[in-house]
Amino acid sequence: MHTILKKEMLIERTWHMTVHAPLVARKCRAGQFLMLRIHERGERIPLTIADWDREAGTIDIYFQEIGATTELLATLGEGEAILDVVGPLGNPTHVERLDGSFVMVGGGFGIAAGYPVARAFKEAGNRVIAVLGAKTKGLLICEDMLKGVCDEVLVATNDGSYGVQGLVSDVLQGLLDRGEDIRLVFPVGPPIMMKVISQMTLPLKIRTVVSLNSVMVDGTGMCGSCRVTVAGKTRFVCSEGIDFDGHEVDWDEMMSRQKMYSRQEQEALDYYHEHCACHGGAR
Amino acid sequence: MSGRKKELTVAQRCAIPRHPMPHQDPAERIRNFDEVALGWDADVAMEEAERCLRCKNPQCVTNCPAEIDIPGFIGKIAEGEFLEAARILRSSSALPAVCGRVCPQETQCELTCVLGKKYKPVAIGRLERFASDYALFQEELPLPVIAPPTGRKVAVVGAGPAGITVAGDLVKLGHDVTLFEALHQPGGVLVYGIPEFRLPKEIVRLELDVIQKLGVKLVTNFVVGRTATVDELLEEFDAVFLGNGAGAPSFLNIPGENLNGVYSASEYLTRCNLMKAYLFPEYTTPVAHGRKVAVLGGGNVAMDAVRMALRLGADEAAILYRRSRAEMPARVEEVENAEEEGVKFNFLVNPVRFIGNELGWVKGIECIRMELGEPDASGRRRPIPVKGSEFVVEVDMAVVAIGQSANPIVASTATGVETNERGYFIADDDGRTTKPGVFAGGDIVTGAATVILAIGAGKKAARAIHDYLSGNADWPEHCYRQGRGN
Repeated sequence: MHTILKKEMLIERTWHMTVHAPLVARKCRAGQFLMLRIHERGERIPLTIADWDREAGTIDIYFQEIGATTELLATLGEGEAILDVVGPLGNPTHVERLDGSFVMVGGGFGIAAGYPVARAFKEAGNRVIAVLGAKTKGLLICEDMLKGVCDEVLVATNDGSYGVQGLVSDVLQGLLDRGEDIRLVFPVGPPIMMKVISQMTLPLKIRTVVSLNSVMVDGTGMCGSCRVTVAGKTRFVCSEGIDFDGHEVDWDEMMSRQKMYSRQEQEALDYYHEHCACHGGAR
Repeated sequence: MSGRKKELTVAQRCAIPRHPMPHQDPAERIRNFDEVALGWDADVAMEEAERCLRCKNPQCVTNCPAEIDIPGFIGKIAEGEFLEAARILRSSSALPAVCGRVCPQETQCELTCVLGKKYKPVAIGRLERFASDYALFQEELPLPVIAPPTGRKVAVVGAGPAGITVAGDLVKLGHDVTLFEALHQPGGVLVYGIPEFRLPKEIVRLELDVIQKLGVKLVTNFVVGRTATVDELLEEFDAVFLGNGAGAPSFLNIPGENLNGVYSASEYLTRCNLMKAYLFPEYTTPVAHGRKVAVLGGGNVAMDAVRMALRLGADEAAILYRRSRAEMPARVEEVENAEEEGVKFNFLVNPVRFIGNELGWVKGIECIRMELGEPDASGRRRPIPVKGSEFVVEVDMAVVAIGQSANPIVASTATGVETNERGYFIADDDGRTTKPGVFAGGDIVTGAATVILAIGAGKKAARAIHDYLSGNADWPEHCYRQGRGN
């Protein structure tokens, strides 16, 4: 059992939790994820490890309520526990000293997943810029955290309520226009955003590494549920990723596979609302 | 259960016909997930036990990788001493109730049963199941004797058949054993792969309870290679056994294989068995319910997948296999079960590509007909495509069940433990790898095989580990030489 030590709502339906998981905290590095299962009847879901405290034996996760499992997770309070947490899984992001800037492009709650990677590149002595996107100012998360580890944090909102009005791709274009010497772009967030950014950097020959979030069951390379085509070859996101060259990912296939269980996900959510909506009812 | 019966003559024993295993009715069983084979009651088991000729030099034992005293336990069943029969079984095997169900006895103990030369062999597997089940459901299970503590610590990686065997044998010898499992539940292929209708999970749980009662410490959610490396385990443990299984699904590598609705057998069965997706949405893990399902492959895993698809409501469930019936690696019993349930078999058919609809979901498999040519390396006749014979099989779900390969997570993070070109650990006959103190066995050495072979490898490795921990710490020279670096 893994006790939730801290829980905070960042914005509506988006949460941050600090969870006791010493075995994961002991080893994890930027870019890795964990799998969790809340109770005996629950599914296993992957979540990026956004931060950790090795001494305290804790890890930090960020999640959005998008289905039965994440909605149930959001009902758990401080002092309550998650049945299974396993990790760290996936390969750590390859961190190196670049000859120019590192740009983390984060969208939605993917920003939290980009945080440890931005920090690692900063610690490796790089100039680090974060480009953060949100629909509106009130939906932007983790800005202050990133300000603590970046040389520059730029924001795009769709409605112009904060930062630049437009998309993260507009901000990235702005960086390029001003002559920023970008050597590595790291988009993390909705697949469509990662696709657009990858398409943008391809003709410019700017190395682009994407952190993929696919459907998983075991998270250790055992089932192939997470497979994705990269450079024409089938790769397993969980055991061979989760980072891949954004220019080589078959994005349309990746997005299609993410929707494989849309109907059942809705059914599971309806069932949850019907049976377990009261706090604790599902456990 | 008292009173010794009169000994039967050989002729009398031979005259008893082999007892069949009662099964759930096919029409009934495809609508549930309960065990198909219903088991025997005591009268049937005792009568079947009388068929055993009590050979002085029992040939059945020579062909049992788990080294079970077969005439010994059968004799106890004949006497009505069922707990004693179970104790004999458990003194050699940590998984007798599992083996009684899933071992291919027809190619092991029953193949060499002397009675089988003229009559049908003694139903050793069914008797093993009977005695083990009888004991598992008793209040006080007779436990094997444990040797005094040696103070030596062993890490066993992977709680599947090989690892459970090593852990069970070493704990009996007095060693301090910790069994590490990557998933949230121990059992390996017994819980994620083999379906409830062939091996109830309650049986696996009870067998694992026994080794924990004997003192094995179980740590789940621990991925060796990620949570800790083999090198790190060696800092804490005197020896490490790697029994992590083959564990990476093989694909056909043909176009369209990543369409939605195309599963590896590992994924399909893991969702259904380990995650209980057949009880969705009460259990949260989803799985597709195909109406027209094709399973590609001819092994036991393919049979499990196709029979699962039927139970999940498929109108049509078919096996597509590139060779003919004779070459199918599946047990005859499993093929018969599948046929009874209405599974269709299409032989000499090879998939060329998967065809998708506009939503990215599989809607057909283009196949080509095959004919058998000269024997290949496996001794089976090689299938050759028949030019121009392409045709399309309509499906809305497909399962690729063509085997597993080595999962690299453990090997890639362990220093000095060498693998072969296919990623399997190199080990001698007793499981010694190229690194002192590190042993390996089961599918991660041999490639995907059977439960009983993994158990056999586990028994040999356990003996070698005990020897290593009992003062013979010198690592034989041939172990280093078996690596590629030499």
